[in-house]
This record gives sequence, structure tokens and C-alpha cells, in this order.
Amino acid sequence: MSDNTPSPAELDAFRQEVADWFTANKPTDPGFLLPQSFMEVGTDEQFYFLRDWQKKVYEAGYLGMAWPKEYGGGGKPQVLQDIVTREMVKQKTPFMTNTIGLNWAGPLILNMGTEEQKKAFIPGILSADDIWCQGFSEPDHGSDLGNAQLKATRDGKEFVLNGSKIWTSLGRHAKHMILLARTNQNTNNKYEGLSFFLIPMQIQGIEVVPIKKLTGEFGFNQTFFTDARIDESCLIGKEGGGWQVAMATLAFERGAVGGQAGGHAMNSKHVSEVVALARTAKRNGKPAIEDVAIRDELVQLIIDERSQALNSSRARIKPLTQERPSSIPMSGKLIGSEYGRRLNQFALSLQGANAAYYVGDPLAYDGGLWQRSYFNAFSGTIGGGTSEVQHNIIGERVLGLPKS
Amino acid sequence: MLDTNKKPTILFSDEQEQLLEVASNFCRDRFPMSETRKRIAADEDLSRPLWDEMASLGWLGIAVPEEFGGSGLTLGEVVTVVEPMGEHLAGTPLISTTLAAQALLKAGTRAQKETWLPKICEGAIATLALSEPDGDWALERIAASATASGDTLTLKGTKTFVTDAASADLVIASVLFEGKPALVLITRDALAAGKLTREIVIDETRRSYRLDLDGITLPKSALLDADKTPAALNHIDQAACLLLSAEACGGANGVINVTIDYLKTRKQFDRYIGSYQALKHPTVDALLAMEAARSHLYYAATVFGDGIEGEVAVRMAKAQSGSALAFASDRSIQFHGGFGFTYDCDAQLYRRRGIWCEAQFGDATHHRAKLAEILF
Repeated sequence: MSDNTPSPAELDAFRQEVADWFTANKPTDPGFLLPQSFMEVGTDEQFYFLRDWQKKVYEAGYLGMAWPKEYGGGGKPQVLQDIVTREMVKQKTPFMTNTIGLNWAGPLILNMGTEEQKKAFIPGILSADDIWCQGFSEPDHGSDLGNAQLKATRDGKEFVLNGSKIWTSLGRHAKHMILLARTNQNTNNKYEGLSFFLIPMQIQGIEVVPIKKLTGEFGFNQTFFTDARIDESCLIGKEGGGWQVAMATLAFERGAVGGQAGGHAMNSKHVSEVVALARTAKRNGKPAIEDVAIRDELVQLIIDERSQALNSSRARIKPLTQERPSSIPMSGKLIGSEYGRRLNQFALSLQGANAAYYVGDPLAYDGGLWQRSYFNAFSGTIGGGTSEVQHNIIGERVLGLPKS
Repeated sequence: MLDTNKKPTILFSDEQEQLLEVASNFCRDRFPMSETRKRIAADEDLSRPLWDEMASLGWLGIAVPEEFGGSGLTLGEVVTVVEPMGEHLAGTPLISTTLAAQALLKAGTRAQKETWLPKICEGAIATLALSEPDGDWALERIAASATASGDTLTLKGTKTFVTDAASADLVIASVLFEGKPALVLITRDALAAGKLTREIVIDETRRSYRLDLDGITLPKSALLDADKTPAALNHIDQAACLLLSAEACGGANGVINVTIDYLKTRKQFDRYIGSYQALKHPTVDALLAMEAARSHLYYAATVFGDGIEGEVAVRMAKAQSGSALAFASDRSIQFHGGFGFTYDCDAQLYRRRGIWCEAQFGDATHHRAKLAEILF
């Protein structure tokens, strides 16, 4: 990262440049329903559209701006990337589809990878030429990640993979996977038998099978491994040290530490859109926003949305977080995902009888967008450790309560 | 309409940092729970030595301009003192006195400010008399009145929740005068015996009085500036919300710590009760509600007085902090089980404080309704 901190005037000029670029270059309506997050990329036309968009942003110099130049990054201050990311959210551009590469695998490789791994993997992550997926959850071990059972059996200079991973977003398009696997079945502590790999997806013995989601769409996959052989150079971190690497990756995933390439991973719904909906929807012949109970809930949602921004702001002020420094960083995912679910659910109830329409019906509000996004909101409250597991983690690590 | 695209940013000054540290240490030393319990049972309304110490630390004049003997800082700095006091359930006239000083600053005449503000900075106690028996939170709806005859005002009506009134050198009451809201200064010597009646209030750390205004006479010079009174009432409302938010945030943190201590030490069915998710998860929810309230509190402190932005922020803080303390203290009673049902358990002290904080200057529903008027 550069030591040259831009002046306020330079930042203002850059903000303007970025706003202009995205206004001029953001894609127009492709004529098919776009996914709201990287977890929902279900068709090839969606994927190629999003991949091309990420490539365009990268080639304009607006992605990986703070990553090192020698690996394809911009070598510039993080503050510039943050400006770009905010502008993308503000202009509601499509998200950056190689999320797992940009936000989790990339920072991990830059932090812990070998020089060869950095050179091999980072440029393709940024350009979206090399899509990454994640192999953490297993059908029988979702939230209990430490109990992962997929076997990686050493055979000379190779490992042989057998088992299955689930919820592999982008699995059908991915060139690489970050994989947590069990290299030793006989450790006293379940965590010590785990190792972390960066593996190629297009090899014999790996099969990706799409999963139909509760929305009726695709996007997730189950990945089956049958005697798939990988070289030992795929290891990142030490053999048996996979749990620590996984935890470091999850810290990137939860946004608890910096180092991500930038860009947003999903097009989240905001309360302002629900307020707009409440002005259109009717209750007893009047706009729903005039209803006392609806007003009360809408204001609470506005307060709760602002709480998250204010928590981030306060997290940067040490004297105001010193009693429990990890409290805000560790609770962001729980708060944000539960808020999203509640917001979408409320948007449905505002639609009156029409809440019962679904994607495809001409009378569905916004094409059934809210119905779909309510269901998809569960990916936030379940994925990356369910809200219930998050409660345990916060209770134990932040409040010091005994383990459940 | 509020600009919701603007990213809200909390600012925290060096003065705030220093005050927060000093006040946190002070409260830990001077207001352990044993002291709070003694305070509740005490005959006298306050501990004078403690009050004098607070005055000598300069806390009564934090938001008073230097020309009147204060430090010339803002209510944002007062927040950092009130929050730790709330955490320790300290019952002192700090909020009463700060709010009365704010009323003087906003609507007092030059002479009134010059007379009273320096005294307050040095330790004189002052308080506001705004509420009335109908319990309406709308400060501008006033039944009490003042009528003029020559140079004399005669007061009529009843004021409620006049905190710390028996120790106060000065009470500032809202009355209707010539059909409009007015504020009058009532000095201790104008209060005949029997005018103040101790109220029995739910938060026993407080000393609150009912003030019978009937027949009290004052010189006309006791009126604050009539033109500035409506704005002053609005300012007092917001200032009170800010300080009560600080007190409630501190209280929420205090009672969460009480709960956690119990969850870590109490065993049932051979397990620490904190290991049960039925108790652990709501305790985490209490933590998250407190953290959110605290973020709103310090943002409200950052933008206090800044027009609509300031008002929105302080109402959000009041709504969130009230709810956070209500939830945390309600669950704390429940999670203490049978002990929670006893007077000895500290959880009830926080629950009582929570009800007080919500009842004063509006609960969460009230402020959300006010916010809806502004936002929609």
C-alpha cells in the first residue's frame, strides 16, 4: 500500500471521477432477472454477464486497488478502493461475482500464501478469469465446521480426496476451491486433524451437482470427491494446521479484518426501498405509510439499519469499545443478516393480499423481487454459521459465558 | 426529509475521552452497589461530600460557557460523565442541575444567567418542574399558570417529578403566562413549607417531589425570556433525552454485567446456567441492543443541536436506549430465577431505573411516533 495519503481535494476529485465512470459504464438491464448475490448465480447467462462486468471494473482500475502491484493489484491506498465500493453500492451496480476469491481466498493467499501461489492465483481472481469457490460445509457438518470429515489421504507427494462438500456457490464455474479437509482421523482434538488446500476444480474425481433452492432457483451445488488426486503443493499453511487457516478465512468472510479486494458481494435491500413500497401499498384505501402500526415498524427498521452504520463508526473509536473490543466486529454478520430477513419479511406484509403472488405472476410487486429476496435472506442467517451459532460464539467469546 | 444517503459518523473528542476515563474510575470507587443500596435507604436526599467532589471536578459546568464559570464544552461531554453514573445507578442531581442550567442558557435573561450559572458551576443544585399530574409527555401542554398583578406573579397548579427539589436552590417551572408557555425561576426562599411533597417513585435512587404552585408569588423578573421559551423547551426536551439515553445505556451495560456474573457462577442440573442457550442467546441479544443504543447515543452526542439531524439522532438514541435497558433488566430478573424475585437481587434496581428512564421524556413508542412525523 502506498504511504501517500491523498489530500481531501484529491479524494473529492477521485470520488467525482468514480461516480462519472460508473454512471457511464454500469450495465443496462440485461433482460433477464439478475441474482442479488454471488450465492444465487444459477444460469450461464447470469454468470457470463456478471463475470464480464467484474472484468470491466478491474480493467478500469477500480478493483484490487490496494492489493500489491506485482500480483495485478493497484498498489494504491485502501481509502480509494473504499470510495469505489461505496459508489458501486450507491449506484446499485451488479455485484462482483468472484466474491470468494476477492474477499476470502485472495486476502488469505496474500497473507499466508507462498510467492508461487500469489503469482499463480491473485491476477485471475481480480480479472474474474479464475473463479473461486469454497469447500467448507459438508452435508452432515454445517455450522459445526470443525467436524469436517472430507478425507484427504496422503499418498507420497499427493493427497487423495474422498467425501462431499455442500453449498458450493459458483461451483460449476469455478477453477479453484478453498478446501478444508481431514488429513488425520486419529487426533485427540478434532481441529488438529484438519488441513487447508487451494485445489483445482477441473480434475478427475470431482463432480458438481446443482441444488434447487427454496426460491425454486439454482446457485448452490453439492460437490462430490471420489479418489480425486491433488499435489501436496496445494496445501496452504501446515498439514494439520487447517483450522487456523479456516478461522483466518472466516475473519475475512465476516469482514472482521481488512484486506479484501473491494467491490460489493451482494445487492442488499435497504429500508428506503421499503419506505417507498409503503407509500405505494394501500391500507383501507390510504397509503400504508399512514397506518400507525406500519409507521412504528418502519421507524424501528430505519433505526436498526442506522445502528449498523453507527456501530462501524464507533468500532473505530477505541475508548468507546475498550470494555469488549470484539463485540461489534463479531456481531456484524448476525445483526446484518437478521435485519435483512426482517426487512424483507416486512416488505411482504406491506403488499396486502398481493404478498401471496410469486415470481412470474404479472401482478407480483416488482416481479416478485421481495418474495425472492425474503427467501434468499435465509442464506445470510444460515450461511457462514447460523444465527444460533453466532449467538453461541458471541456469548462465549465476547461475554465469556460457559460453552453450551 | 432526512438525508439518508449521508453516512453517519461518530466523533469523539479528547475531552470526552478524558472525562469518560475519569468518570468511569470515579463511579467505580464512589458508587459500588453497596453505596447505591445505602443511598436508597438514606434519609438525606444526597451525599453532600460526593456532590461537592463532583462540583470540584467541574462536572456541573461542563456545558456552561466559560464567561459564566463553566468549561465551555457541550452536552456531548456531559454524556461521558452520565453514562458511567448510569452504569453504577448513581443517584445524584447531576441531570436535574445540568438541564436547569441549559434552560437558563437558552432562555434566561443576562441577569439570570450571571446570577445563577456561576453558582451552579460551584455546586448549587437546580432542577426543572415540567411534568404535570396528567403525565403527558408534551412539554408545551401546560395547565399550571402565572398571572401578573403589577410587578407580582401569582402561580397556580401542580408540577410533578421535580427531581431533587428539596435540596435545590433553584426550581425552574413551566407555566402558562398570558396564554403562552413560560418559564419562571423559583428560588428556595419562595417555597413555603408544605409546597414540596416527596413522591414515591419506582426508581428509589431518585428523590422526586410534587410541587404545589398555588399561591406562590414571585417578582415579574423571575420570568425567563418569553420569546426564547418555546425554543428552550424544545432544547430541554432534547437535552433531557440525550442525558437519559446516556444513563440508560450505562444502566444496560451495568445490568448485563450483573447477569453475566450470575450466569457464570450459578449452577443448576450440574451445569453453569450460562451454558444453556435459552439464557445465553437472550443475553447476547441484550448485549447487541446495548451496543446499538450506545452507537446511537454517541452519534446523538456528535450532532446534538444540529437541527433535524440532531433531533432525529437524539430521539433514536432515546428509543433504543430505553428499550435496551428495559430488555436487559427484564431478562436479568428472569435469569436470576427465585433470587431475581427478591429485593436483594440487584436486577430489580436496574429494572426500576429502566422504567424511570422510559417514563421521563418519552418511551420508545413515543419517540418512534415523533420520528415518523419527521421522516415520513
